[in-house]
Amino acid sequence: MTLALPAAPQQSPRRQTLVATALVAASAAMLMAGMLAMWLKFRAGAPTRESSDGLKIIKDWMPKDVTIPEVAANTMFVTFPVAALMAQWAVYCAKRKDSQHRSLALAIVAVIGLAIVNAQVAVYAQMEIGLADGAFQTMFYAITGTMLLLVAGGVAFTLVALFRSVGGRDDDQQVISAHALYWYSLTAIFTAMWFVVYVQK
Amino acid sequence: MTTIDTQVGATTQGTVPSFVTATGHWVTSADHKKIGRLFIGWSLIHAIEVAVIGALFGFERISPSHMQILNGDSIIQLDAYYNHLLVLGTLAPLLLGIAIAVVPMQVGSKAISFPRLAQFSFWSWLFGSGLVLVSILGNGGPGGGNADMVDLYLLGVATVCVALIAGSVSVATTVLTSRAPGMQLDIIPSFSWSALVGSIATLLSLPVAIGTIIYLYVDHEHAKVAFDGNSGVSKWLGWVLTTPQIFVFVVMALGVLAEVAPVTARTRQPQRAAVLVGLALVTTAVLGAVTQTSHMLDTSGSGSDTIKSAIFFLLFNGLPLLGVVASVAVALLSFKDGSPSVNAPFGAALLGAFMVLLGALSSFIAHITSVDVAGTTFAEGTTLAIVYGSVLASVGALTYWAPKLWGVVLPDQKVLGVAALGTIGTVLAALPLFIAGFQKQPKGAAFGFDYDGPIALWNLISGIGSLLVVVSVLGFIGLLVKEVRSGAQAPDDPWNAHTLEWSIPSPAPTNNFAELPKVFSSEPLLDAKPAHQEVGS
Repeated sequence: MTLALPAAPQQSPRRQTLVATALVAASAAMLMAGMLAMWLKFRAGAPTRESSDGLKIIKDWMPKDVTIPEVAANTMFVTFPVAALMAQWAVYCAKRKDSQHRSLALAIVAVIGLAIVNAQVAVYAQMEIGLADGAFQTMFYAITGTMLLLVAGGVAFTLVALFRSVGGRDDDQQVISAHALYWYSLTAIFTAMWFVVYVQK
Repeated sequence: MTTIDTQVGATTQGTVPSFVTATGHWVTSADHKKIGRLFIGWSLIHAIEVAVIGALFGFERISPSHMQILNGDSIIQLDAYYNHLLVLGTLAPLLLGIAIAVVPMQVGSKAISFPRLAQFSFWSWLFGSGLVLVSILGNGGPGGGNADMVDLYLLGVATVCVALIAGSVSVATTVLTSRAPGMQLDIIPSFSWSALVGSIATLLSLPVAIGTIIYLYVDHEHAKVAFDGNSGVSKWLGWVLTTPQIFVFVVMALGVLAEVAPVTARTRQPQRAAVLVGLALVTTAVLGAVTQTSHMLDTSGSGSDTIKSAIFFLLFNGLPLLGVVASVAVALLSFKDGSPSVNAPFGAALLGAFMVLLGALSSFIAHITSVDVAGTTFAEGTTLAIVYGSVLASVGALTYWAPKLWGVVLPDQKVLGVAALGTIGTVLAALPLFIAGFQKQPKGAAFGFDYDGPIALWNLISGIGSLLVVVSVLGFIGLLVKEVRSGAQAPDDPWNAHTLEWSIPSPAPTNNFAELPKVFSSEPLLDAKPAHQEVGS
């Protein structure tokens, strides 16, 4: 028995990498949203104490002797959008088949990604807190460490895109676009984390 | 016109590969049908395992004054493993496996998107499940005495979650990007739609569980100050293994009924859009799940407080129930104008959907404060009805798609018998737990409780019910193996079906379609058939 259906012209899947990256980015966002929600829950459940200047009553969440190095944290906050901008530049270059600047843009993203990892390590070093010192410290390491893993994933994605670009893949526009989408999502996720963990503490 | 030769698969017959070669093919295969079958096979083994544990729990509870069968020291761990196996070991992977195997064929794709990701999904799920088992055997898991094994348990559950997310990404991407030309999202098959919304809900909800596990792991490994050590594992992760989260996985079981009903009624689905909306509504459960809070209807306070609680209660518990009711009821509307002849896939899918409906209703009732069944076996009954019901619906799905996956048609009457037995088992397993729940029999406890009523009878019946489910699943596997071994060749379209997968040979060849078909409606195959094959046309 044979069945007949009207034939369609051969076509490749539509924006597979971009769609999958969007789904993964949504998963990453939910991962961090869940962790931030638990952070807020624990902070809301903490007892109260006087602030160090004695002027107001605050939640006894972050220990008195712990200071978050704001320069490094704020540098990361500013750096993420720059990484996303460079990733978008790579997309712009890919559309124009400008392989030289596409590779340059991707290389800059990779360097910025490594700089972010370095900044996070600097935050850990300057804070000098132990992982087992208390609930704040444990959760701080857990949430920032998870963010660090997401950034490491972004750097790996960047390096793959960069090697493909250097290797002469001029038809790689979809991968470059997906790469930019991932860095946009990282920027949004870090902004939320920066506000909750580094600003509101 | 594309003419498809239905005998393509015949060329490979007669060549029996060696065990090593065959194993190598299965381990390294990126064919979505093989990956799906691996998921299905292992999930069915887990289904047997979980029903055996359920039966043991039932029999142990017959005399709650002392332990007879199980070890009292490990009952918390066994209960944790039981719940893990129900949801992340059976329910989610079984339906995900069916989706991986079937969806690419349904949407007219030659392969699943990112086949290596789907392959990673299965093997990492299996690895994670193994870690969970090893950790429980090594005195780990919630309430475990070996700290390293508790950590291993968390690692295992996280691995399972990552695996299910990976599989979901693969399925969702396939539906979103690899549909046949002309197949818009509003005309994709009902099962593929349920796979899409279920996958998206899974990949949005399970990361929240992974985030929780990261906190738990770091805290348990290093500090034990924030999350109550190992006793906090169930407290913080329990939401993953109960309603409303499990509705996220169940939606594909309801999608099976929505797919099979119009085929059985030999007509087009008259209210397709309503079915799709109903299926999507089920996945609104993701809202209630990720908030990790039981949104109860509390009528004890003032009027405004009651209305406030009612809004959240209806949003988080009512919408999924509405989705289940709507998708089942509207799917059955096919029979209004159709000419039904009940077959095994429809029978099993319908019985399974009714069990899921029973579980959804009981979940809704359990979230009413005045009913007062929190922390009792009522919740266990709910989970059993939903999981066993989904296994029944999966039996329907596997019978329906057996020609494409194994190249065989399973005997109708025997599968219906197996499904009927499974339904009786599900009812017997769940209903006594509902009744015992009203009597305040505590959830997860095997001894040390007492109440007025026939304790022994309820728990004996529940245990027997789980045993019947074991027999039912074993019976289905036996039927499948027997048919596959008989070598009987299934016709290409034994159900006179509507969707693209029935236009290709049975069993489906490696790359599914010789040429991509052009699609103009939600029932492309029905369009291509002579008009007399459709009732009412």
